[in-house]
Amino acid sequence: MSELRYLAPHTLDEAIAAFAAAGSAARILAGGTDLLVQMRSGAVKPGLIVDIKKIAEMTAIEQTADGGFRIGAAVPGAVLSEHPRFGRAWPGVLEAVNLIGSTQVQGRASAGGNLCNGSPAGDSVPALVAAGAMVTLQGPNGRREIKVEDIPAGPGRTNLLPGEILVSFTLPPRPKGASDAYLRMIPRTEMDIAVVGVGVNLTIKDGVCTAARVGLGAVAPTVLLVEAAAKALIGSKLDDAALKAAASACSAACRPIDDKRGTIVYRTKVAGVLLKRTVAIAAARAREN
Amino acid sequence: MNVISNNKWIGQRTIRPDGADKVTGRAAFAADTNMPGMIWGKVLRSPHPHARIKSIDTSKAEALPGVKAVVSARDIVDFPVDKSVMLGIQDMRWMCRNVMAREKALFPGHPIAAVAATTEAIAAHACELIEVDYEVLPWSIEIDDAIRPDAPILHDFLTFEGKPSNIAGKLEVKKGDIEQGFREAEVVIERSFSTRPVHQGYIEPHACLVSVGADNKTTIWSSSQGQFMVRAMTAYLTGIPQSDIRAIPAEIGGGFGGKTIVYLEPLATLLAKKSGRPVKMVMTREEVMRATGPTSGSKSTVKIGAKKDGTIVAAQGTFWLQAGALPGSPIRGAVGCSFSPYDIPHVLAVGFDVLSNRSKVAAYRAPGAPIGAYAVECVLDELAEALRMDPLELRLKNAAKQGTKAAFGPVFPRIGYIETLEAAKAHPHYTAPLGKWQGRGVASGFWFNAGGESSAQVNITEDGNVVVTTGHPDVGGSRAAIANICAELLGIDYKRVSVLIGDTATIGFSNLTGGSRVLFASAIVVTQSTDKIITTLRERAAKIWEIDPEAVKWENGAAHPASPNAGQFEPLTLAELAAKAPVMGGPIGAGVQLNTEGAEGGFGTHICDVEVDPELGIVRVIRYTAVQDVGRAIHPGYVEGQIQGGVAQGIGWALNEEYIYNKSGKVDNPGFLDYRMPVCSDLPMLDTVMVEVPNPKHPQGVKGVGEVPLVPVMAAVANAIHNALGKRFYSLPMSPPVVLEGMEDPEIRQAAE
Ligand SMILES: Cc1cc2nc3c(=O)[nH]c(=O)nc-3n(C[C@H](O)[C@H](O)[C@H](O)COP(=O)(O)OP(=O)(O)OC[C@H]3O[C@@H](n4cnc5c(N)ncnc54)[C@H](O)[C@@H]3O)c2cc1C
Repeated sequence: MSELRYLAPHTLDEAIAAFAAAGSAARILAGGTDLLVQMRSGAVKPGLIVDIKKIAEMTAIEQTADGGFRIGAAVPGAVLSEHPRFGRAWPGVLEAVNLIGSTQVQGRASAGGNLCNGSPAGDSVPALVAAGAMVTLQGPNGRREIKVEDIPAGPGRTNLLPGEILVSFTLPPRPKGASDAYLRMIPRTEMDIAVVGVGVNLTIKDGVCTAARVGLGAVAPTVLLVEAAAKALIGSKLDDAALKAAASACSAACRPIDDKRGTIVYRTKVAGVLLKRTVAIAAARAREN
Repeated sequence: MNVISNNKWIGQRTIRPDGADKVTGRAAFAADTNMPGMIWGKVLRSPHPHARIKSIDTSKAEALPGVKAVVSARDIVDFPVDKSVMLGIQDMRWMCRNVMAREKALFPGHPIAAVAATTEAIAAHACELIEVDYEVLPWSIEIDDAIRPDAPILHDFLTFEGKPSNIAGKLEVKKGDIEQGFREAEVVIERSFSTRPVHQGYIEPHACLVSVGADNKTTIWSSSQGQFMVRAMTAYLTGIPQSDIRAIPAEIGGGFGGKTIVYLEPLATLLAKKSGRPVKMVMTREEVMRATGPTSGSKSTVKIGAKKDGTIVAAQGTFWLQAGALPGSPIRGAVGCSFSPYDIPHVLAVGFDVLSNRSKVAAYRAPGAPIGAYAVECVLDELAEALRMDPLELRLKNAAKQGTKAAFGPVFPRIGYIETLEAAKAHPHYTAPLGKWQGRGVASGFWFNAGGESSAQVNITEDGNVVVTTGHPDVGGSRAAIANICAELLGIDYKRVSVLIGDTATIGFSNLTGGSRVLFASAIVVTQSTDKIITTLRERAAKIWEIDPEAVKWENGAAHPASPNAGQFEPLTLAELAAKAPVMGGPIGAGVQLNTEGAEGGFGTHICDVEVDPELGIVRVIRYTAVQDVGRAIHPGYVEGQIQGGVAQGIGWALNEEYIYNKSGKVDNPGFLDYRMPVCSDLPMLDTVMVEVPNPKHPQGVKGVGEVPLVPVMAAVANAIHNALGKRFYSLPMSPPVVLEGMEDPEIRQAAE
């Protein structure tokens, strides 16, 4: 029977020192809604747990000087939804984070945990990819910033270096006419895992889509940034032809598997359908901004 | 017997006696009991679907510090395969092989050995140290694979038509001459269907705590649908006499039939006996999904023939039901119930019990009946369409009624099936407008219901209140209904009646909570016990007043002179008589034990509206009305609860629930995340209509209500989808990928537009 140590440091430096020293046997604990489930099922047996919720930077939500947002990696979904301005700027990111689990799970689950868990079906990830979010990482060799889409490496794997901790997400400032949306397909209405998830972030000026990003989840080993779909939308009035082209681009980007959660055929079709529906929601929101 | 009218308590939505404990967390479920010195038991389970067990070496596990006992099949009483020993619907030959693999491991999850250790982690680790030498054998999961001529045979000793076979049994129900019937038919519809095994999905996993004394006196705390079943099965499987076992029923966190058999209790008993320590065992959800329940998967073919005017003249059904790895699928429910709502002159229903390498099935709400009704009620929908008849009209035209002889034997007394059809037809739901991609379906269902053994003891406390003890675990509000009845009979406030579930040492034998029998049966024994008490109370008052007991009546909780002729006396209340009891003849109480009879079958008719998302294949139930003949709703709130619960489970069965197997024959979705039962937000408010046609053979008119509501659901949903799309699905579940694939049918869009 192996020992399990638990640490809850108050500074990032302490956390990184302990985390790096313990090597592969250590796990970061944010909300624990993935980690504890995995421990109970016996899938992971950590020797050290480093709880990051006592570190101020990890649980803070700040508006940056340029009007963007910095969100601590361990901010729970329920806290994010109570922020007075975040949801107005990023309704799609917020709805994606808030889709995770139930009311109880929302009290704990974080976007950082969702991303670092490495599931291709994590709900907040396609929305954050569409948002163009950057993440700040800190490890024994200091800080670095990379794009959200560069974190996942495959199911259950990330590109974090040994000893590195995800510190925060940075979302860019919002121009006029910009908004976003996230939709997922699940067989039930809640408490389920995305069979396909689509995040769309776009800007509309004078009826024309001037910028767009599309994130696609649960259809490949990692969440995808679908540039071809964005290209089909940009410059269009989001007419049927543009939507059809973007939907086809999403279906074409799919590299899914047949598994207990969905078939290849099903996921590929649904990716296109959801793209259209998500664009419609994001566009309606953008037109009001 | 006359039915009580002008009731004060019967028919009231009283607060359930177990309610406060349940909402405050004080209720003790099986896993909530602990004892000093208690240790933990864990089960080693087969990783293989089918393997001969050549040897088991437990020495390393036994040597692990903290391990106190190890048991395997050697420790379980063997019931040789050539002689059947029945306990209720279970055969001990199969039970002894199910609780612990004997010659062979028959499904992934089949127990191979069990360990008790000072911690759960040590016990789990010790299981890993047990060395099992398996000879892995070919296996089959699906019915078609199991009945192929070259299928791997699970049990060489079982033969069908003279050859070793995975068909463990056949059951036939017959009426009239089926060939003659189809010769008379002018329209015939024949279709084949399949359904997947589905789990009962109770929230509380199986759990028990067992303590065995040095003198073998054994106490079992566990969650089950029958403490007497737990006692008897544990006695059989461990060799401890029933008189030495006291089985204490914990509050039960759901059963739905799945807790009418034991898994852990005999193992924990043997571990406790060997170790001399109390042993607790709690299954994980994964163990529940791999090794307990579910009900059968099936395939079936149903053929129905009618005259052009809608008179059904012949009906034939063939139902293949999966038993799991040991015989005993609920073919009786499929062949017996499917055609019973209808008065059909020529009927032939045949069921086959099919073995394969999956966990042994357990009862699930009206076992077998929903499988049969799914096929029959879908064919009826097609028949109505072919005849251009309203589907409820077709059912009305052929409805069983008083005097109809059911194919499974009995002649129906006064029943309320027609009333359910009429109520459905008159309900505003049936004619409400539907939108695009929406559809409406109807279906009916029947379940036998059951009587059987029950015991009750009713005691008057010294302060003049009432304690009722019965012997059936309360899964659906039976304590509340019993309190309503007892308060009604005694004419006192409901709050003065406490209802408890006794353990096997404190109340007489009471059969399982199952077959929708509990309120039917316990109401009879409680009524008779209470009647005896009222007789005693009248005698006591008569003695005090020095008049004849016949001249005393019991009313509003007190003895009164029956008429002015009897004399002028102030009434004597229950409290006053209780206070005088020591000097007037002693304690007041009465018990009755009976094999109750007169449980009549129940019928329901459901209306379901769905909306299909044509691009995603998602089907949502948007409105649902379940009409049921409930006999007499003693506690309407819990009758409605039973109906809504059954419907919710049926919607899950229809739309999403299924076991998904991987290539190595193992269940790939052993948890509630991927085994998709409906969540609250998946369902609309499930409306219920209670039709009350009292059971003439019951003092309060009670009929079983808990199982009927699952029977019609899958067909109602399937018929609604057909109505929405113009396309039929012949297999369950009708999950999004299946429906989306079906949407490619070119006729669909036209139909819906
Ligand atoms: C009932 C239930 C329902 C769920 N429903 C959904 C759903 O609908 N959609 C969905 O996407 N997910 C769902 N999940 C999964 C889970 O809730 C989410 O993935 C959640 O976002 C994880 O966040 P957390 O803070 O709890 O992560 P944790 O469990 O604390 O961590 C997850 C993983 O990331 C690592 N980690 C966490 N934070 C960091 C960090 N800052 N730096 C480095 N590594 C880190 C941990 O070591 C661990 O490996 C559900 C889980 C449950 C139990």
